[in-house]
Order: sequence, then C-alpha cells, then structure tokens
Amino acid sequence: MISSILHLLLLLLAPPLMLGILQRTKALFAGRRGPPLLQVYYDLWKLLRKGAVYSRTTTWVFRAGPVVGLAAVIVAGLLVPIAGIRAPMAFQGDLILFAYLLGLARFFTVLAAMDTGSSFEGMGASREASFGSLAEPALFAGLLVLFVGSGDFSLSGILGPGLFRLWGAIGPALVLVAVSFVVLLLAENCRIPVDDPNTHLELTMIHEVMVLDHGGPDLAFILHGASIKLFLFASILVRMILPTATGFAPLEALIWAAGMGLVAVAVGCVESVMARLRLARVPTLLGGAMVLGTVAIAVLLTLESAR
Amino acid sequence: MRFLTDSILIGTILISVFMLSTARLGMTVRSFALQSFLLAFLPSLLHEPGFHQILILVGAILIKSYLIPRFLFRAIREVSIRRDVQPVIGFGTSLLIGALLVALAFAVSANLPLPVGVASSLLLPASLSTFLLGFLLIVSRAKALLQVVGYLVVENGIFLFGVSLVQQMPLLVEMGILLDVFVAVFVMGIVIFRINREFDHMDTANLTTLKD
Repeated sequence: MISSILHLLLLLLAPPLMLGILQRTKALFAGRRGPPLLQVYYDLWKLLRKGAVYSRTTTWVFRAGPVVGLAAVIVAGLLVPIAGIRAPMAFQGDLILFAYLLGLARFFTVLAAMDTGSSFEGMGASREASFGSLAEPALFAGLLVLFVGSGDFSLSGILGPGLFRLWGAIGPALVLVAVSFVVLLLAENCRIPVDDPNTHLELTMIHEVMVLDHGGPDLAFILHGASIKLFLFASILVRMILPTATGFAPLEALIWAAGMGLVAVAVGCVESVMARLRLARVPTLLGGAMVLGTVAIAVLLTLESAR
Repeated sequence: MRFLTDSILIGTILISVFMLSTARLGMTVRSFALQSFLLAFLPSLLHEPGFHQILILVGAILIKSYLIPRFLFRAIREVSIRRDVQPVIGFGTSLLIGALLVALAFAVSANLPLPVGVASSLLLPASLSTFLLGFLLIVSRAKALLQVVGYLVVENGIFLFGVSLVQQMPLLVEMGILLDVFVAVFVMGIVIFRINREFDHMDTANLTTLKD
C-alpha cells in the first residue's frame, strides 16, 4: 500500500525534475548558467493558474486531447515498475496495455491537432502518426526479447529482480534491446536527433507544432504528460542497464535515482552535440532500431537453443 | 569471456548494418576499420593466446584497420570524390533487405550441421550475415570505392568463418589472405583512380555505356 502511494507520488512529482536536469545540462554545454532545476515546476504552476482561450472552430475533441493524453500516460505509469519494485497495477499482458496507452495518448494529441483545422498542425499530426507507427515495431521487438527471455508477460515481472540473472544468460541480446530503447526514448519523447523540443516556429518540427493552439492548463497537461512519458521510458532503460538485485529496497531506489539523473544528463549531452536529422532520414533511424530488435530476437533464439 | 566474444560478434553484424544506412563515404570506411579492429581480437579470445594469435592480431590490426583505411582515405582525397554515398537501392530499403539477410543467416546457420563444434553459437550466423551484408553493399552502391569496401566486408565474413571452423588457423594461410586483401585493395585503388581520370567520376553504372 505504502509502496503504491510512493509510486504514484514519484510518478506525478518527479518527472519535471528530469526535464530540469536535462535543460541544465544543455545550458552548461552552451556556456550558460541555465534555468533553475525546478523551472519546469514553476512553468507548470504558472500555466495552471492561467485561463485558456479556445478557437470557435474547435470542438470538444480539442479540449479532450490534453486531458486524455495526460490520463493515459499516468495510467501507463502505474504499470511500469520503479527501481524493480512491483508496480501498483501488474498483470500478465500489461506491456501491451502500456504500449497502447501511450498510443492512445498520441492518438488524442493528433486528433486535437487536426481539430484546430490548421494545416500547419495537420502536418505535424501526420508526421507524429507516421513516426509513431515506425517506432512501435521496435518497441515490441524489444519487449518480445524480454518476454521470451524471462518467460513473464508483465512489465513488473520482466523488469523485476530476475533481470539480473537474465543478463548472464542472454546478455548480448539485452545490449541490443537497450540500444534500441535509447533510440526509442529519443524518438518517442521528441528529442534531438528526431525532433527539437525548443523550436516553435520551424517547418521541421513534429510534436511542438501540434500543441501550438493549446494554452493555459491544457498546455500544462501536455507539458506534464510529456515529462512523465520521458520519465517512464528512462525508468525502463535505467532498469535494463542497471538490473541490480540487492534485495534492499532503499539501496535499489538510490541506484535507480542515480541512473535516472544520468539518463537526463546523457540526453542533454546528445541534444547538445548532435544536430537534428533531416526529416527524410528519421525513418532510417527508426528502421535501425527495428533492425536492432530483429537481430536481438535472432540472437536470443540462437542463445536459447544453445543453452 | 563468452560475453566479450558474443558482443564482438554482434558488434560486427551491427557495424555491417550501419554501413548500409550511413550516407557518408568516410563513415563507411571508418566503420570498416572498427569492424576489422574488433574482429582481430577474436582468434586470441577463442583459442589460448600464443605467438600465432598475437601475430595475427597485430597483422590484422595493422593492415585491415590502419593501412587499408588510410589508403582508401587517400583515394577519396586524391580523386576528390563527392562525400555522399548515392545508393542504387535507397537507405530504408537496403536496411530492410539487410535485416532480412541477417534473419536468413541466423535461420540457415541454425540448420547447418558442422563437422566440428564451434566456440560460440553466434560465430556462424555472424560470419554468414557479414558475408551477405558485404555482398548487399557491393550490389546496392554505385560508387567503385564502396564496392571495394563491400569486398572487404565479405573478406571479414570469410575471416570469421575461418576462425569458427578451424581450431588453429594456419598462420601462413591467414597471413597470405591478409597480404592478398591488401594487394587487391591496392589494385582496386589504382583502378578507381584510372576510372576517375578517364571519366571524371567513379560511378560504375556509367561503365555500361563504354565506347571505344
């Protein structure tokens, strides 16, 4: 019970801090001092106190978009174990629900963008949908490897204490999955080299263009939802790379928190040293993640049959 | 130890796949250098390191990941080739075909009976995938220089196959192969240079319209 409450609190409160660390890293790279670590919280608070302006051409879909988006991401967050500790909601097959809750959030963001009737937002929506459909096979290939390796069909089971032993058995396949998850983390969260979260007025942007018409609390929901999504992907990645099984929960949590900080810093470094890919090259990158997943499955099957 | 071997083998496959998707000429050559560097350590990892293994290690690193890439870079510089790849088959498509070939290699080697046991179950699939991806690189790129790189990747695949099959690959044979490859690349470099001087480019597709 207590762990469930802690899980929910962490899920709701911690994600903006990750964005803060990320922005600080980028600022340091650029030689600036950067915003305070809690800046995203201030932004969210500011936006929540504001009123919203709605265009007369929009319908209820536009208002439902941010709400459904945030709700779906939070529910998905209840399925992902934090620091290897069983998630509040865990059952066989929940990884499919996880993938499609994120899909639902994306679907409603896309619908809300189309609802404004702006061709600019429609363009962003179409890009988001096509890249999302390319990222999905890679995600499932990675999850399939974890599922076959561990024999468990829930996220909590896969990422639980058993993961440590799995590294000894099928380590090479897990390395591949981890690399493809890094690509997915960058692509799904609209980070460079796929999308630039800072640009609001360029033709190459994807996610930011879809939320141009949202303001006030709606924008706060979208911002918070995006930070939670990053938090979830980072949490899975950290657990995959640092599959500790000490049996002592505070130590596990400490290692996990350090890992999360490292992921935020690493994403900040990637954003600072890389340029955004040309839009036509993004499918190649996602295709590469897909190939990594395919090779991981092949390696897994070979290693399993040799055992 | 086994984890290290397996990681090198998977790294080899991934580097070959990466070569199919990169758009830069220099990046392809550098990837080849890295691939050869990784592969050079395999004989010493699989068999107990002796004088022969060390010699192969040093020879392979020196020739395949230093001399040949250096030579290729010189060719790029001297004939001032455009730095992009110009694929005959697009990047996405060749990546997809590459993934299929890797899957094929794994499927085939699962059903391939071998006379001797191999040290790692990934050796054979890795060798076959490298082999096939090298051929794909040769047929899917128009630039003569990339076809040389494709040939070198195929050679890496053969090297892997030799390592997996022969317990103690005779030193003389391995050294002979290394020398052969070096001479072959040397000759190809000169040929590229000639093609370029005659036609002001090195696109092999245009050779079909050759007239006297």
